[in-house]
Amino acid sequence: MATLETGTNEATPDDGMRRRDVINVAALSFAGVGAVTVVAPLLVQMAPSADVLAMASVEVDVSKILPGQAIKTSWRKQPVFIRNLTPKEITEANAVDISSLRDPQTLAQRTKPGHVNWLITLGVCTHLGCVPLGTGEGENRGPFGGYFCPCHGSAYDTAARIRKGPAPKNLLVPDYSFNSPTVVKIG
Amino acid sequence: MSFGWANEYEPKSELGRWFDQRLPLPRLVYGSLGGGYPVPRNLNYFWNFGVLSGLMLMVQIITGIVLAMHYFATADGAFNSVEAIMRDVNAGWMLRYAHANGASFFFIAVYIHIFRGLYFGSYKAPRELIWMLGLVIYLLMMATAFMGYVLPWGQMSYWGAQVITGFFSAFPIVGEPLRIFLLGGYAPDQAALNRFFSLHYLLPFVIAGVVILHIWSLHIPGSGNPTGVDVKTEQDTLPFHPFYTAKDGFGVGVFLILYALVLFFAPDYFGHADNYIPANPLATPAHIVPEWYFWPFYAILRAFTSDLSIPFTSIVIMPAKLLGVLAMFASILLLFFLPWLDKSPVRSGNYRPIFKRFFWLLVADVIVLGYCGGAPATPFYVMLGQVCAAYYFLHFLVILPIIAKVERPLPLPSSISASVLHGEAQESAPYGLATTASLTTAAAE
Repeated sequence: MATLETGTNEATPDDGMRRRDVINVAALSFAGVGAVTVVAPLLVQMAPSADVLAMASVEVDVSKILPGQAIKTSWRKQPVFIRNLTPKEITEANAVDISSLRDPQTLAQRTKPGHVNWLITLGVCTHLGCVPLGTGEGENRGPFGGYFCPCHGSAYDTAARIRKGPAPKNLLVPDYSFNSPTVVKIG
Repeated sequence: MSFGWANEYEPKSELGRWFDQRLPLPRLVYGSLGGGYPVPRNLNYFWNFGVLSGLMLMVQIITGIVLAMHYFATADGAFNSVEAIMRDVNAGWMLRYAHANGASFFFIAVYIHIFRGLYFGSYKAPRELIWMLGLVIYLLMMATAFMGYVLPWGQMSYWGAQVITGFFSAFPIVGEPLRIFLLGGYAPDQAALNRFFSLHYLLPFVIAGVVILHIWSLHIPGSGNPTGVDVKTEQDTLPFHPFYTAKDGFGVGVFLILYALVLFFAPDYFGHADNYIPANPLATPAHIVPEWYFWPFYAILRAFTSDLSIPFTSIVIMPAKLLGVLAMFASILLLFFLPWLDKSPVRSGNYRPIFKRFFWLLVADVIVLGYCGGAPATPFYVMLGQVCAAYYFLHFLVILPIIAKVERPLPLPSSISASVLHGEAQESAPYGLATTASLTTAAAE
């Protein structure tokens, strides 16, 4: 208290800075940098761990999927729809006026060249993440013949583009490539 | 707070005043850890270790909560989940090593804190409850550390759980059923692991609660000091902030450097290689020892090698197993009675020439005891452990009470400020006694 304040450090130069202020600022800055450094590992531990990232790609054999059929597979613990479009469905998708779409994309943009009948999308509704119906035999494919989300009624067409309902975007097309005409590598 | 001259909390802003009138939390913090808590001006660096212990408790709670996000408490998955933390989780290796070594550094801080209290008589009136609450914290820490060590489910974890719960089987009649009850089975397995995880998560918060009581009871008489002389005037104290926040801050810096050295350069130094082998209920590791902070007690446990029986008969009064377990528990429980075993009115060892020698002998004794506890159970180390264990009890039960009677303490400074200024001409009185000066005057009259 008062007794120690009367020491030699009290002599204040004209600029108002005491020698002790330098120590204070240096010590507190150093402690602050240290504290921030310590917070980093406490936060990054929440990001996907190496074993989760190691499952980032899967290979799927599509040879057994006949035109008009679809399967659900799993990639990064998320459902992926792989659908073998019929010529009729491809025609329907190409007949749509792109400018009328909420998220304008052509079927060609959403498939790979030479594999235009293979529609591969995430099975995650872009509204709030439910899994739309339409892969299984006899499931409701909605008014546009693609997929239909039972949660809030979003309807997708045969190119899995959003046509009606609250979803803002088309079903997402993941990164994938054809390793061979019948094997798809997703991710 | 305890002293009339403690600074009053004055909110700096209108908002602060508004808040303080409705919830005086800033006032509480200011009066406990800020400029409103007057602290003896002569504290040395041994008084850092309370804050350091609190800091390590926080480190353990924070790293522990994070580790629990990645750990599975299953007999099949626990070991692999810990390995996944080490290899796959981002910065997981660091968090786990911080937690495992954090336990060691928590105990280092607490042991220095306890021996500080033993040397400077911090357990004496009016601070008996602070001491006893501290011992409660220490017991909770030991339980928490033990259960935490079981969680990785390696060989040392498993056999540690087996041995420690085996203590309870030493008690006659109820022992074995009690052990089975505590484990939820005949040997450590899923049930035991799950309950240990639950309790390991719970107990640190219980410790934090008792720490609050510990500090609360400390703030009634205020901190002790190296002279053991009571605070008398404002000249004897300094406000906690900025003086002791700065001194503690420096201590924290040094302590964390040592912690970081071990954490980054020798993270397995305090550990046992056997714990990187998954638990195997069919094979015990060749050399099984607890963590270093339990070694002195482990040596006391092992010191009892023969049954206590009536001489020249084969009637056993107490089997060696029970004797060892009781002695081990007694070695800690005995400390609860310390304020009444050491009746010397002088607190600080600095002014007690005989006590001081025996104090350092006790320190050496506990260190040797610890060494014996960590060493293989060969006849030499068991015998050395027996001698040291006997001396441990002798110190507290016989030597301390005798010293208190026969010792002539050195003259105490008349006040803390006088001791700082080396004006020790006038002697002060120990707590609760009239000064020798006034006694001399009375005798002269």
